[in-house]
Amino acid sequence: MQKSIDSEKITHLKQLEAESIHILREVAAEFENPVMMYSIGKDSSVMLHLAMKAFYPAKPPFPLLHVDTLWKFKEMIDFRDRRVKELGVELVVHTNPEGVEMGINPFIHGSKIHTDIMKTEALKQALNKGKYDAVIGGARRDEEKSRAKERIFSFRDRFHRWDPKNQRPELWNIYNTRINRGESVRVFPLSNWTELDIWQYIYLEDIPIVPLYFAKERPVVEIDGAKIMVDDERMPKELRDKAKMEKVRFRTLGCYPLTGAVESNASTLPEVIREMLLSRTSEREGRVIDKDQEGSMEKKKIEGYF
Amino acid sequence: MAQNRSKATIADDIVGYLKEHENKELLRFITCGSVDDGKSTLIGRLLFDSKTVLEDQLSALKKESKKFGTTGGEIDFALLIDGLQSEREQGITIDVAYRFFATDRRKYIIADTPGHEQYTRNMVTGASTANLAIILIDARKGVLTQTRRHAYIVSLLGIKHIVVAVNKMDIVGYSRDTFEAIKGDFEKMYAKLKGSLRHALGERFEGAATVDFIPISALNGDNVVQKSGNMEWYTGRPLLEYLDTVEIAEDINLEDFRFPVQYVNRPDLDFRGFCGTIASGSIKKGEGVTVLPSGKSSVVKEIVIPSAKRGGGSLATVDEACAPMAVTLTLEDEIDIGRGDLIVKSNDTLQTSDAVEAMVVWMDEKPLQIGREYEIKRATTSLSAIFESVEFKKDVNSWEEIETDTLQLNEIGKSVLRLTREIACDPYLSIKGTGSFIVIDKITNRTVAAGMIIDACKSGEEKRVYTEAEIELNAYIRKYYPEWGCAKIGE
Repeated sequence: MQKSIDSEKITHLKQLEAESIHILREVAAEFENPVMMYSIGKDSSVMLHLAMKAFYPAKPPFPLLHVDTLWKFKEMIDFRDRRVKELGVELVVHTNPEGVEMGINPFIHGSKIHTDIMKTEALKQALNKGKYDAVIGGARRDEEKSRAKERIFSFRDRFHRWDPKNQRPELWNIYNTRINRGESVRVFPLSNWTELDIWQYIYLEDIPIVPLYFAKERPVVEIDGAKIMVDDERMPKELRDKAKMEKVRFRTLGCYPLTGAVESNASTLPEVIREMLLSRTSEREGRVIDKDQEGSMEKKKIEGYF
Repeated sequence: MAQNRSKATIADDIVGYLKEHENKELLRFITCGSVDDGKSTLIGRLLFDSKTVLEDQLSALKKESKKFGTTGGEIDFALLIDGLQSEREQGITIDVAYRFFATDRRKYIIADTPGHEQYTRNMVTGASTANLAIILIDARKGVLTQTRRHAYIVSLLGIKHIVVAVNKMDIVGYSRDTFEAIKGDFEKMYAKLKGSLRHALGERFEGAATVDFIPISALNGDNVVQKSGNMEWYTGRPLLEYLDTVEIAEDINLEDFRFPVQYVNRPDLDFRGFCGTIASGSIKKGEGVTVLPSGKSSVVKEIVIPSAKRGGGSLATVDEACAPMAVTLTLEDEIDIGRGDLIVKSNDTLQTSDAVEAMVVWMDEKPLQIGREYEIKRATTSLSAIFESVEFKKDVNSWEEIETDTLQLNEIGKSVLRLTREIACDPYLSIKGTGSFIVIDKITNRTVAAGMIIDACKSGEEKRVYTEAEIELNAYIRKYYPEWGCAKIGE
């Protein structure tokens, strides 16, 4: 057998990359109106990079969708706008207008109401408005237990609901993309990546990420055991007054009042990866919404949350 | 010890560590066994001992172990594995779940599926992407009916490596005789199984490339990650070391180039690329290719695969690519190519046919209906098909071939499908990527079956010639009464 290719060169990252590209192309080929969720986090950065590769030299044949709760870190929004310009991709931004009218404020209304209205409800609005038949998301199966069982092409009924007991079998790399009008599919091209794979790939491919992932002196306040960064003056004054400069970074990014920072000296990518490898807690720990209740993500997904 | 060493490297030389770890291989495996065999315990142990379980997850697990656990307050690894709330309350896993862990050598994806009979569907799903299968046997019980079922499905799906893990060795006093007896029983059973599959699939069926046996105790960790001091008589590798070292690079077929066209990329008039994932084989720039089923030929101009290291504004290309890479091909000639076409090397002879013989696993509550039109999706080709006949169904426990004219949920049978147009066929046992398909119900849109092509066949039935009036009537019915599921005629 002629074997001029060293098959050992097909590393796990190359295989994951190939699988994700296959999934993205399948979406482009099989759906009329797909969209890619863009949360500005590191997983979204990887997903966008993969989409650029999949359709190179063309641009991805679908827009990015960012659900803006208006409470994201400023640096996230700056990064988003810069990347979109650099890459020449289309971006759709949606904010729940009713939430804006109600003046939803996580410092006043708490994480649950804020998340329900500005995130869950806003996402449903954006999807209904865009009439998207395929919604590409960056969720990974290693993140949370209910995600381990979700398909790569995950069917949603016309109310965006997921039925964990009634999923379509998914075999080989053949994806069933048939749906009726009004129904949709959530597609997760990063399903089989782990947090470490994501970081290694960012390092290997030199993918830009939001600077908040790197340690820096930042003003933070301790709120319910979480280090919350003072990102603007909407944080109540009595809290702002307690702020101290600390060298911190963020392991996940979201709404600034709901995202805890961790003490860290990791200011380069290899240092961040080292910290992650030596750390003994999972990345979602900093997120407030997960700890609300046991099996919380499963409930949220059945209700239509991503 | 390996753990400590890499910990030190991570702390002192993270860049060196990253370099080393960029070049891991990926191994996907499935675990077959029931809750009683300690399957969840084994997976939990692999995740725990490979440090995949983190502190906050561990404390949540301890809390849950007290609430739901079956281990009297001790950490119940099964709870780590059994994800959904509804399942946890019932104490069983009901679907396929995917788990991940990594060692210094490899990244692993585990397809975790339940072992109960009614879940053949899930096991087939998990097995479809696996390179290796771990079949768990309870040392106290030996080879059971379910072991026969597991071995059958794993072999049917063409998994190249089987590891039989004889679990609960602690309960049988780490007895070598017990282990050897189970090994002997399995080998006898497997030899018979191979004969049975050869009968159904033809002489092409070879069975797994490797079948190995490891005595373990998942609960105590004997021979899982560390070599057990309780079984000095076992001279082989512990399970994790086995997984780390079993040779898998040879499993990739590098000879027969198959490129199902997935998407045509045409940003401007100067570039026309054919995107797809190489299903098998390899291709070089300048090689002659033929497009099937049209039969038109050309030469590969470029293999486009952008990479950060190559980067820059110009096209990033490589001279050669192989399975399972996702690439974009450009050709020297302007020929008509679309999604669903298959690009092969011009010197390859490949049969095209509008009828195939296949093993079919039925996955839906609504049974197979002969003569009804379904959609099948094979690689990137979607087309209509009808089941012309079911030759037999296989009892997955006894391997008996039973006469039938339908297949029910979780049944596996041999069937002839007639397709609405010709496709280039590969037997599943030669090339999985082009030999596998799914069957979709056109009305419910559900995936109702999975199929593995045995071979192209000229169906026994002569092609009937229809009159124009009959064709029009057929078109009318199909248009206005889609719920009748009327098959298309006259092509």
